[in-house]
Amino acid sequence: MKIRIANGRVIDPANGLDDTRDMYLADGKIVAHGRAPDGFAAERTIDATGLVVAPGLIDLAARLREPGFEYRATLESEMDAAMAGGVTSLAIPPDTDPVLDEPGLVEMLCYRAKKLNRAHVYPVGALTIGLNGERLSEMAELVEAGCVAFGQANVPVVDSAVLLRAMQYAATFGFRVWLQPLAPFLSRGFAHDGEVATRLGLPGIPTAAETIALYTHIQLARATGARLHVTRLSSAEGLALIRQARADGLDVTCDVSINHLHLSEMDIGYFNSNCHVVPPLRSQRDRDALRQGLADGSIDALCSDHTPVDDNGKLTPFSESEPGATGLELLLPLTLKWAQETGLPLGQALARVTSDAARIVGITKAGHLSAGARADLCVFDPAAHTAVRRDTLRSQGKNTPFLGLELPGRVHYTLVEGQVMHELS
Amino acid sequence: MDMQSLDAEALCKTLVEQMRPHVSPATALVGIHTGGVWLAERLHRALGLSQPPGSIDVSFYRDDFGSKGLHPQPKRTEIPFTVEGADVIIVDDVLYTGRTTRAAINELFDFGRPARVDLAVLIDRGGRELPVAPRWCALTLPEPLPANQSLQLEAGATGELTLRLIDA
Amino acid sequence: MRNPQLNKHGELQHLLTIDGLPRSILTAILDTAAPFTAVAEREVKKLPLLRGKSIFNLFFENSTRTRTTFEIAAKRLSADVVNLNVSTSSAAKGESLLDTVDNLSAMQADMFVVRHAASGAPFLIAQHLFATGRDHIHVVNAGDGRHAHPTQGLLDMYTIRHFKRDFTNLTVAIVGDVLHSRVARSQIGALTTLGVPEVRVIGPKTLLPTDVERLGVRVFHDIREGLRGVDVVMMLRLQNERMNGALLPTPQEFYKVWGLTAEKLALAKPDAIVMHPGPMNRGVEIDSSVADGAQAVILPQVTFGIAVRMAVMSMLAGQQGSK
Repeated sequence: MKIRIANGRVIDPANGLDDTRDMYLADGKIVAHGRAPDGFAAERTIDATGLVVAPGLIDLAARLREPGFEYRATLESEMDAAMAGGVTSLAIPPDTDPVLDEPGLVEMLCYRAKKLNRAHVYPVGALTIGLNGERLSEMAELVEAGCVAFGQANVPVVDSAVLLRAMQYAATFGFRVWLQPLAPFLSRGFAHDGEVATRLGLPGIPTAAETIALYTHIQLARATGARLHVTRLSSAEGLALIRQARADGLDVTCDVSINHLHLSEMDIGYFNSNCHVVPPLRSQRDRDALRQGLADGSIDALCSDHTPVDDNGKLTPFSESEPGATGLELLLPLTLKWAQETGLPLGQALARVTSDAARIVGITKAGHLSAGARADLCVFDPAAHTAVRRDTLRSQGKNTPFLGLELPGRVHYTLVEGQVMHELS
Repeated sequence: MDMQSLDAEALCKTLVEQMRPHVSPATALVGIHTGGVWLAERLHRALGLSQPPGSIDVSFYRDDFGSKGLHPQPKRTEIPFTVEGADVIIVDDVLYTGRTTRAAINELFDFGRPARVDLAVLIDRGGRELPVAPRWCALTLPEPLPANQSLQLEAGATGELTLRLIDA
Repeated sequence: MRNPQLNKHGELQHLLTIDGLPRSILTAILDTAAPFTAVAEREVKKLPLLRGKSIFNLFFENSTRTRTTFEIAAKRLSADVVNLNVSTSSAAKGESLLDTVDNLSAMQADMFVVRHAASGAPFLIAQHLFATGRDHIHVVNAGDGRHAHPTQGLLDMYTIRHFKRDFTNLTVAIVGDVLHSRVARSQIGALTTLGVPEVRVIGPKTLLPTDVERLGVRVFHDIREGLRGVDVVMMLRLQNERMNGALLPTPQEFYKVWGLTAEKLALAKPDAIVMHPGPMNRGVEIDSSVADGAQAVILPQVTFGIAVRMAVMSMLAGQQGSK
């Protein structure tokens, strides 16, 4: 299919591009900008007047709940959500059931995803078998099966000796290690250990739970030479440790979730279990530091940390509720909201969910709009607003702290490998 | 009749004279909050009774709790004499539907079984909804007062009693 | 954000926490409780206010003592009381909290008195009743996790007002395990709302929650310093499971350092009163000579507790939901 995308505002952060031009797609790839290649006869023309044409978004954490948790969500429902949100590449955390510690499972997941022919999936394999923090997984095999990195989702490795060995082993092959900084014993609470937890009587998780683990991870990365990616940063102190490690010359990247970028402990209000996430929402000071850090590049990427939780998991007292929130369809709107609120140019903001995220996953064929790139595109109206409502969310998980809000941005078209997979009706 | 000309002090005297032949020093008075309490104190002095007067706030016994809820700031009911076997006169300023009297009788019985209960009021404004009649009444209005009006006993700084007509 | 305790007229619809309630409502509850205290002295210790109403004592956590005081209060108001120890029935069978609530609502409940081990559980119930159009059913929090125990907080305020008349010139000290105490949180909320100029909390760092000063209290670790010149000493119960281990070395050491003895109490004002929500650990947080001494008002607390709970129940039952 040959497609001409006419008259859109083309934003390509990787190439520093932001202007109005036509784009031409053929055979699943971007073939030209501006002028049509010789002999190009568009079978379809998409009028993108007034719309932004950007690389499809790359989400560093989307739980599709397959295998194991199909009652909460399925690959189909969550792929729909990804398409509706303009997200065309997904990194999948290993905390499925069974966990992604076997090549066969990873192959099956990739096969199922490919058959659906929507977003590309990039599984993050389990660093240890069963995420149990005891035995190393078959990393080399898992990479052949399709894994792009290894991690523990939000299950910390208790034994630092095991973590050291796992990082050494990964470093042998140059594999990336994605670790969420959660000190195991200090993380046994439900909310940031501060004023709100004190007022509501919720067992708290101190900031030290993040900094202690982060310091351990950084030291082990330094010792082993492993390529560390820090997932879901939540505190100003954690961010300071990252900056220091970078200043010391360590090659470390990190991300933050849309929840931590926009919310704080105050949003828990009267025990709103939709605000029960891991790590906990911290103070407003922390949130402000994370927003600044993402703007200045200290934090590399923004992700949805998409975790569909059904109503049974949320309609319980806060401390008994399942942590997590739906986010795939909110990644673009909340990127735009953050950009507007911090006065950041659109291209710079979009980099955090496209080119910067691609660099962390190791995607080279997408996340940019160069000729020859995979034609994964998100075409959206930055001026329109969309209400976040249970009945309009495509994800099977309807629970998010942003329910009821009007957020900027509306996706008009999502293209994957040059095919229109989502079109605003 | 001219409601503005009602003289509470004069009505009070009339009531005392009506009651005097029928009371003994052992007769106990119980006033219903708030006007009935002032009136009971006045009657107690004028009649020279020996039992200290009691007071009842019927908030907890009202039959409109289900529709109107609890009245704000209910007062404490104080019955300083033994109700069991006593001759009790319930005192109220204005008798209307009879529901307050019903509530007061019910509450009184939760303190014991009196030998006899009578009712004394300053004014009967008509409009009864229950079979309640005062034994003593200083003035019965010739025409029932319209439902959108109410009569209230008020006590001045020096204790003088006045009646006020209020349009709802 | 809508305060789930108030109806659209700003009246108390549920009693879930003291936090966020205006002083006028707290004062109204205390004022209403006053006449109820006299009911116990009558020949017939019953008022007809809640005749025909069904009150479900929904206890997901065992507490005979609290349940009994609510039961007595409800019965004195002529309500029908149903006691459910859910910890031993549905919850054990895996029924969810809201399923239990739905089932009981279908039995024409007018009020739930809820005790639950998880902070916020009564909020969840109130929000669920609102979301399903059944907010004519009232919820009273009888203690949720570490969060709140508002009727205990209110009966403590009633006791203080009874003995001290006015809140606005008092210094009050709360001593012991504030971290795990729903009672302490409700006391702090009530004291600060009612205008007590100085509220102190006293205890080891392991038993005081992070940023507790933000609740409007002064923090003391030295009990002698903290008790100096106070008008009211509110002791907290130390749970058995906290006594030996990571929070405190031993109950003996706790008693030595923070236990209320006559010698330490002498540092407070001579007419200071001593309160305790019960049940007491004599020889751990309080010495027997103080618990039974002239300054203790622990038994009046229990008596006032029934009147305060009667006041709360009758005020709530008098509100007609969103009507």
